[in-house]
This record gives sequence, C-alpha cells and structure tokens, in this order.
Amino acid sequence: MLGILRQKAVDGALSASTFRRTRSALVSARSYAAGSKEMTVRDALNSAIDEEMSADPKVFVMGEEVGQYQGAYKITKGLLEKYGPERVYDTPITEAGFTGIGVGAAYAGLKPVVEFMTFNFSMQAIDHIINSAAKSNYMSAGQINVPIVFRGPNGAAAGVGAQHSQCYAAWYASVPGLKVLTPYSAEDARGLLKAAIRDPDPVVFLENELLYGESFPISEEALDSSFCLPIGKAKIEREGKDVTITTFSKMVGFALKAAEKLAEEGISAEVINLRSIRPLDRATINASVRKTSRLVTVEEGFPQHGVCAEICASVVEESFSYLDAPVERIAGADVPMPYAANLERLALPQVEDIVRAAKRACYRSK
Amino acid sequence: MATAFSPTKLTATVSSLHGSQENRLSLPIRLAPPSSFLGSTRSLSLHSSPKLNHVNVSRRSPVVGVQEVVKQKKPTNSLLITKEEGLELYEDMILGRSFEDMCAQMYYRGKMFGFVHLYNGQEAVSTGFIKLLTKTDSVVSTYRDHVHALSKGVSARAVMSELFGKVTGCCRGQGGSMHMFSKEHNMLGGFAFIGEGIPVATGAAFTSKYKREVLKQNCEDVTVAFFGDGTCNNGQFYECLNMAALWKLPIIFVVENNLWAIGMSHLRATSDPEIWKKGPAFGMPGVHVDGMDVLKVRDVAKEAVTRARRGEGPTLVECETYRFRGHSLADPDELRDAAEKAKYAARDPITALKKYLTENKLANEAELKSIEKKIDELVEEAVEFADASPQPGRSQLLENVFADPKGFGIGPDGRYRCEDPKFTEGTAQV
Repeated sequence: MLGILRQKAVDGALSASTFRRTRSALVSARSYAAGSKEMTVRDALNSAIDEEMSADPKVFVMGEEVGQYQGAYKITKGLLEKYGPERVYDTPITEAGFTGIGVGAAYAGLKPVVEFMTFNFSMQAIDHIINSAAKSNYMSAGQINVPIVFRGPNGAAAGVGAQHSQCYAAWYASVPGLKVLTPYSAEDARGLLKAAIRDPDPVVFLENELLYGESFPISEEALDSSFCLPIGKAKIEREGKDVTITTFSKMVGFALKAAEKLAEEGISAEVINLRSIRPLDRATINASVRKTSRLVTVEEGFPQHGVCAEICASVVEESFSYLDAPVERIAGADVPMPYAANLERLALPQVEDIVRAAKRACYRSK
Repeated sequence: MATAFSPTKLTATVSSLHGSQENRLSLPIRLAPPSSFLGSTRSLSLHSSPKLNHVNVSRRSPVVGVQEVVKQKKPTNSLLITKEEGLELYEDMILGRSFEDMCAQMYYRGKMFGFVHLYNGQEAVSTGFIKLLTKTDSVVSTYRDHVHALSKGVSARAVMSELFGKVTGCCRGQGGSMHMFSKEHNMLGGFAFIGEGIPVATGAAFTSKYKREVLKQNCEDVTVAFFGDGTCNNGQFYECLNMAALWKLPIIFVVENNLWAIGMSHLRATSDPEIWKKGPAFGMPGVHVDGMDVLKVRDVAKEAVTRARRGEGPTLVECETYRFRGHSLADPDELRDAAEKAKYAARDPITALKKYLTENKLANEAELKSIEKKIDELVEEAVEFADASPQPGRSQLLENVFADPKGFGIGPDGRYRCEDPKFTEGTAQV
C-alpha cells in the first residue's frame, strides 16, 4: 500500500490534503508512514514543557500530582527527576491557594505553569484566573503583567460523569485579558504550549484527555527547540470550496472524518482548526466563509453562549452578504453530561451530526 | 487565659470558652462589667503550640524572641525608638489620617466615586509594619489599601489622582480605590475579593525563595499580606497558611482585626474568635498584638520580618485594631455601639504616639505641629494636582489588556516566527 502511495505522489496526482488524509488513514491503521516521525500529544506536551524549563530557569511547574506521580495524565513525566523539587511542585489539594500562589509568583517575575487536574477543578480557582491574573495588566495600567499558563484537560472524557466533563472554552474566552488556546494535534500541542509559556500574558491552555494518547505525524521544524506557533491564528486543516467547518480540540478529528464522508457525496468541506479561541482568528474564518458561503461550527461544550455562538455572530456581522445558507451550530446537548455510555454518546457531537449539518447547509437534506 | 479582646456584652461568654488555655503571659481573667475591654490591657500574647514542640522539633523553631525582648526592655526603661524613627512613624501616621479624611471630604463633594474604604484608626498597623520594609519587599492588601500604598512609598499625588480617576494616578485611573498597584514600590494590589490577596502574597514570597534557591540570586525580600478578621473565615486563608508553613515562605500574614466585617461582628461569624491561634495549628507562630499602639506593632513586626528574612518561615500576627469610620463611605455604620467606638477613639494610635514622644522628650509640640502642617500642605497639594490632572484619553480604554497583544508567535517584524526560514536555525529571539 505504501508503494502505491509513493507512486501516486510521484505522479503528482494527489493534492497535499489528500496525501495527508491517506497518511492519517495509515496512522489510524497503526502503521507508520515511512520517513515521517510521529508523536503522541502527551509526548508533545511533555517535550514542550521540558524544553521551556531548560531554556528559562524562571519557568516552574505546579499542580496536583505533577511530581512524584509523574502527572495525573503523565504529561509531566520525568520532569521531577530532571529538574528537582524546587522546580516541579506537588501541591496539596488547594486549587484556589496554589493558583493564587502561581499568580503572585508571576507578579513577582517568575513563569509558572499551573496544572489543573481537569479544568472542572479550575472553578475553585476561577477568581484568581480572572480577577488576579486576567485583569491585572489592565488594572495596573501595564505595570504588572502575569506570564502564567494554566493548563490541563478540558471537556468530556469517557464516562467520567457530569462534574468532570464540562468544556470551559466559552467561559474563559469571554474574559478580556486572557488568551485561550485549544490544541488538536501534536504539532499544535508543542507549538502552542511553547508559545504560551513564553507569552507575557495569562494563557488558559485547554487540552483534551482523549487526545493525549493519539499519535500525529510531526515535522522536523516542529521538533526544533525554538518551534512556536502564533497565538491567534487558526489553521486550515483541509481545504475545500463548498462549506466551512470550524472547530477546535477533539472535534477537529471528527470534522476531518466528516469531511471525508462528505467528499464521497461530492461536497468539498474546508475544515478550520481554530487553535486559538481568544484571540479568535476572525479573519481566517470570514475569508473561508466568503469563499464557501456556508458555515458549520462545531464544539463539544454547552450550546448557549458557546464558542460557536460567537463565531456565528462574527460571520453574520462581517460576511452576511456572502452567506448562501443559515449558519449551522453543532454543540453538545444542553444537559449535564450523563454517565451511561449510550447517553454520553448522544450528548456529544458525532461525525454523523457534522455530516448532517453540512448537508443541511448545502441544501442536500431536509 | 488567652482571649484577645471582647466587645460589650460578651465578655463573660468568651472567657468561659477559653478558660483552660495555657499561656506564658497569663493575665487575670476579667469577669468585669460588660463595658470593660480586655484588649486594652493586653500588650502581647505569644503562643507556640505545645504539641508542635514534641513533633519535628528540628523543623520548627519555637518563637520566643519577641516576648523576651519586650520583657527585657521594660525593666531597663530604655526607649523603643530613636527620635528620627519616632518622627518618621508620626509623619507616616499623620499622612495616613489626613489623606483618608481628605478622601471623605472629596467623596462627599463628588470628586471621588464608587467604593471608598477608609483606614482611619488602623494607621498603627500599616506604619508599624511597612516602615520596616525595604523598597524591594512586597506588600499585598485589600480594598482598604490607600494607606498601605502611602506607607510603602507611593506618592500622595499618585494615590489621590488614582482616586479621582485621572491619568496621573498610580494606575492611570484604571484601577481605582480598591486596586492600588505600583511596580516601582512593590505594592502588589489592592484586591476587592476577600482573601484574594493572600495567595498572591504567598506567591510573591514563593518567588523570593525561588530566586534564592533556584536562580541563586541574593534575595532576602519578604512579603507582608494585610487582611481583615472576616477573611480569616475564608478557605484561601487556610490554604495559604498551610502552604506557607509547608514550604517555609518568607511571608508575614497580618490580620487587621477591627472586629467588624461591614456589619457582621467577628464574634457572630467565627467559631473561635482568637485568630492568632490559627497560626500554630499550621505550624507557624501566632502572635496577638495591640494594633492601636504603633510601637508594639513595630516590635512584633521586627521579629516577624527578621524571622522571614532568616528563612525560618511565616508568622501570623493578629493586630487588634478598630476603624473609626464605617466599612466604606456608603456604610451608615448603625450596628456598632457608640460606647465601643468611644473606647477605641480614646486609644487613637496617633494620640498615643504623640504622648509617647512628648513624655519621653523625643520631640516637642512644635516639631509635631510642624509635621502636621507639612502633611496638611502635602495632602492639599495632592488634591490640587489631582484636580488639575486630565482624565484618561479615549484610546486608553483599549490599552494594556495584554502585555503582548499579538502573542509570542509573532516576531518583532510582524511576521509569524514559524514562517521565517531561519527559525529552526535557532536565531529566533526567545
């Protein structure tokens, strides 16, 4: 099969996106494409933190179980052994306290990376994220900036119930003074986390537990220790001309699969991986909608006042005359996450939902 | 018996709750008529939990110093301060008092607006602690932060302009009364939420320790966190007492116990009203001091700051004090007893220091009067300056939301760093 791929590449008959698509098919078939490296999101995050810690002694990690336990999800594996307990702090279970301590340390010039075991627990510390971190540069008129990163898994996992499954992208992205990033692939994870740690402002870095174990191909540039991705710029994962699908985090994978299904039916979907929820890359989204004239936004979180609502409003405000169909919004169900596996599946957007919405936008279904 | 104080009506109840406590300074239990105040006779009570002395003695140093020092000083009748120190303290307290009185005037004239919380009566705590700090030490406060900012060195002009919302304010008018920040003087705010400043202060102390141990810099900076009695029932307070003691951070937790949280009496809100006792529960010394006497506060502060600089960890200092005005200028202040207010007004820290200075011949009336006049002029000038300053320009609305609006991924020439072909050669700026 590999031979056929190489042949097709030589023929030049395949577009870059198709080649990438076929490579992803290889990835999911658990074999490795020849000549390209792969990395799990977990390793990408770990290497990003490791490199930033070795480059700048002011960077330190703080959170529950980040040290001796090697990280609740093993993201900080090996850091305690490498950097010692003065740079990797296991905290007591005191989110409000240690988040505030991180913010205070950032006020005084250090660069903390505060881990929340899941972002649901950040609600216990949300006062510090918003009031002491996000608003400080403004309140002090630029005297005190807060170079802190709050990171951890966000959104639904598998069967963890209502209190462990909420997506916080919309909440944090509504606050001026915060930057909110949502990586999807390993390259996103590495580039965005490195940019976040070096950034002089507070960054909320929303990962996804189910993506940690997934492998993605990674380029040589991405493995370089000075690799960074720009904050505030979305990535067009797949180019298309009929409908724009915007999404972030785990839903990017679903959108790509939906795009393949749509391609079989003759609809060419453009998939945009937002990467950055605040600042939102309105330029890329609007340029894409002006090209395709149809929009489907997808997210995992609650529908009311969500990220999708903001994108729809932005597109309607800026590109209304380019739209050929009403904007479509796919979000999680408007209920706390149920536990039963089949109900959980119903509460989250699936590939079929995205396909249906895209077809609706293209007037191909009822 | 270790009650710190007791307002009217509750003396008997409070004493009976704590009848069996041990204390070095055991004072006679007063089951006197309700109008007596135990607090006024208490100078210092220092308690280090007996349990701790048996456990891990090597990790905890029993705090004995302050009490001994005070006891030694008294018999020899030596003075606690020099003339220069005395005048410095007097000037700082007069500045605090005059400034706050002027704030009240300006508020009622409409020049100041929003929430304004005045510090009248509590000056001894601010002056007692902050005048011992260096410029690089940090102070974190609450919404009652004007005087902390002034004591720390922020100019009266800058604070007054900030209150008027003018561009010449210390935060260019963006912060306001409750958010006094000054990077130059290491005044790290000014927080409106109760308890919010405590973890931030703990983080600043954490940074001092980190700079010393990891960055190998010569850093002896300490942080002083000021907060009230109401905050001592808040979860973040306990979380930080734990972590500060656990990691031996150079921080002093100063409780300005003025007995009232808006209209909620401390005794109605707290199961055990003796806040200093919460220190030993976490492994740090808890000290109670008369917060209406600047010399006593300064004495305790000296010991606590020295402890922190030596790397011996945090201290919890409870200062019994009182605010002469309401919680804020919008508070009608109807719940507090007139007799209680009168009792504490009689213990005005400025009058007390004046008496000490004149009786001990450290200064005469004329010198003190000249200080008062100087401060009056300073505050008047600050008002004139603030009045004459312009309001912020319209463009200031959108400034300073981010330190770096474009984020690190964009290089100084405006292009994305990752698109620069030289990027992976390591020539990118970090």
